[in-house]
Amino acid sequence: MTADQTTRVASPSDEPKQAPQKSNANLWRKGLQQGLAFGTLVVLLLFFSIASDRFFTWSNLSGILLATAVIGILALGTTFVITTGGIDLSLGTGMTLSAVMTGIVAVNFGMPLVVGVLAGIATGALIGLVNGLNVAFLNLPPFIATLAMMMVAQGLALVISGVSPIYFSGVPGFRDIALGNLIPGLPNAVLIMFMLAALAYFMLAKTVFGRFTVAIGSNEEATRLSGVNTRRWKVIVYTVSGVFTGIAGVIIASRLDSAQPQIGVGYELQAIAAVIIGGTSLLGGRGSIVGTLIGALIMSVLINGLRILSIQTEWQNVVVGVVIAIAVFADALRNRKGL
Amino acid sequence: MTAALLEVEGISKSFPGVRALHKVQFRLSAGEVIVLVGENGAGKSTLMKILSGIYQRDEGTIRMDGNDVEIPGPAVAQELGICIIHQEMNLMPDLTVAQNIYIGREPRRGIMLDERRLNENAQQLLDDLGIALNARDLVGDLTVAKQQMVEIAKALSFNSRVLIMDEPTSALTDAEVETLFGLIDSLRERGTGIVYISHRMEELKRLADRVTVLRDGEHIGDLEGDEIHVPTIIEMMVGRQVDSSARPTASAHSADDIVLRVTGLSTRTLLRDVSFDLRRGEILGFAGLMGAGRTETARAIIGADPRTSGKIEVNGAPVAIRQPSDGVRHGIGYLSEDRKQFGLMLEQSVTFNTILASLPDFTGPIGVVQEGKAREVTTKYVDDLGTKTPSTEQFVKLLSGGNQQKVVIAKWLTRDCEILIFDEPTRGIDVGAKEEIYRLLHELAEAGKSIIVISSELPEILRLAHRIVVMANGRVTGTLANEEASQEKIMEYATHAIADTKGAA
Repeated sequence: MTADQTTRVASPSDEPKQAPQKSNANLWRKGLQQGLAFGTLVVLLLFFSIASDRFFTWSNLSGILLATAVIGILALGTTFVITTGGIDLSLGTGMTLSAVMTGIVAVNFGMPLVVGVLAGIATGALIGLVNGLNVAFLNLPPFIATLAMMMVAQGLALVISGVSPIYFSGVPGFRDIALGNLIPGLPNAVLIMFMLAALAYFMLAKTVFGRFTVAIGSNEEATRLSGVNTRRWKVIVYTVSGVFTGIAGVIIASRLDSAQPQIGVGYELQAIAAVIIGGTSLLGGRGSIVGTLIGALIMSVLINGLRILSIQTEWQNVVVGVVIAIAVFADALRNRKGL
Repeated sequence: MTAALLEVEGISKSFPGVRALHKVQFRLSAGEVIVLVGENGAGKSTLMKILSGIYQRDEGTIRMDGNDVEIPGPAVAQELGICIIHQEMNLMPDLTVAQNIYIGREPRRGIMLDERRLNENAQQLLDDLGIALNARDLVGDLTVAKQQMVEIAKALSFNSRVLIMDEPTSALTDAEVETLFGLIDSLRERGTGIVYISHRMEELKRLADRVTVLRDGEHIGDLEGDEIHVPTIIEMMVGRQVDSSARPTASAHSADDIVLRVTGLSTRTLLRDVSFDLRRGEILGFAGLMGAGRTETARAIIGADPRTSGKIEVNGAPVAIRQPSDGVRHGIGYLSEDRKQFGLMLEQSVTFNTILASLPDFTGPIGVVQEGKAREVTTKYVDDLGTKTPSTEQFVKLLSGGNQQKVVIAKWLTRDCEILIFDEPTRGIDVGAKEEIYRLLHELAEAGKSIIVISSELPEILRLAHRIVVMANGRVTGTLANEEASQEKIMEYATHAIADTKGAA
């Protein structure tokens, strides 16, 4: 009997033959939300192009892309955090603090531009690091840890700047970081966003960092029991997100040619919305960089298009809210069995 | 005598307020399977967690190949070749089979993952083990049994010399269990030492070279070869004899008094033409293999899942049940097999849980909960059911499994349910406490409640049910009176139909 069973177990079954098909089904399902998001984007572009002849012009499209850059970069970074099952509410004010630090170093201290930029990015990284330490080692829920950081960063930005904007007019070349055209007709901020998107895609899909990000979001305890130092990786994930926040801070300062300590609140929710529209699961375990980029574009296209159609700002908010609800509903549908 | 592969001596471990292990010992040689048995709380899992580096022992020695070893963490356990397959699934559903197996040990090219080599290695491993799985499949899409196979493959990918399995068959069908046992046999031949933790007595004889019994954190004894005898083991586990041949006494109530009649019940995916009667004061058992449709039947009756056809009559009158609140309104209470997820609020008190389903009865005119009345009723049921709790305000999560089950029962009794559907009422409950639940169910039936018991344990069905409905592949394949039923007969009905339906298809 024993021998019989052993051979039965060892005998090749016909299942592997069917298996590749199943994998394709997985791929198809994986791509569905992205496909859905992409389809939505195309439909929106078509709709607004037909509704207004001012929409589908290069200057307007490049304006949309520029408007996407800051939210997009924040969203790219926080895609990692959300994929681990976390959330980051300190994106917006963290970005502001990074912008203010760039201003302090480059304008008030008169240091070289490069040092100012690095200071901004380092500030973002530090914010992410502290978030990560609080979440991973003090076991604070990410919502609370980053809510606290959101307020700390906002307060520090106001204190350090003396509650007034820092203008970069005396710093030559600073505006070019966001608004220069290394590629003619395309603002550098957009170029940077696409380059960061490529980097983030590579990190999530091809590196150990990305693999552990997904693994932690999928089943943290299992990942830990597999011998992975999940605490350390969570700290790294939040820090990487912080670096993206810092870069967003530099970009927004450059675009406005000033560090505005009052702005920032609200950006985090728009960034999170872009991530969710793009098909990253708030429950963790599933993240998509391409989706995030499309999600950010959907939001910008919507806002821009509604504005061109002269729809009131208040109604724009309503529309964006509805779109987010639909996106999450589509996600829930997809998770239902049999789809 | 050569040194044992793994030897444990005098291991003790205490948690605040609890002595989990006291001077426990066992030894495991290469190519040997030892089965570790004991009631819940006997210390099996604690012992395994010490061996896999999750907990640290207070005292005692662990030796591998005769050398003392320290196991400060899971990574060290893996290096030593000790691997554990946990009771709860420990896989990442969003990753593929290959990615799960090699998590944390991915082949790399520089900073990049070498996905191709990862898949090749994993497929090679799966093929070597004779596990029919595609390395690229998403783990979340696999059946529980296949996920288990992934866990085993993962454990063996560490070149494990000691493999610990914690109740690996609790979620498997019989066919899948056979596959698993075949795999264990081939591992045994390779010289892997296996520690197998199980509640299922019928598995012992098939697998064990030696059975080690724990009770209350202490080592009670080892049985080898011919000594492995189930009644002896149960006696060692519970410290007294348990009569497993008891049968229910005939129902005292009229056989014609039909409380619930289900005719032609079908659902979109599984159920086909399910019909049965439930009489007053009767315990009706539902037997069948995993996936036979027993839980699905219960869920369709109470309105938790949509029906495509079928008629439900309560006390002779047809009723329309579209959602669970309809079911409750008609006096049907469903006690889920997963008490913790669907039956109880663990972070709330006994009182809170008891009155949860009947809150309107405990609410004053302006919506204020009448705490006094709630406590009174709760106290009554705590006394009636013999729930062991220091007070009615105790958090439910601090009660044992058996007592949690009693709180759920109290909840439905408070709601005045005439029909109670118990899904696996003793899952996760100690052998000793099981007897108490059985007694309670019989008392409820004698008091005129009508009860459906869904159970995968045939002895339990035979112990409890006056009549037994056997299901297979979403159909009722037989209804037996207790007197004419036996384990063999039930299994025949539960398996024959599978062959039949396959033949028909």
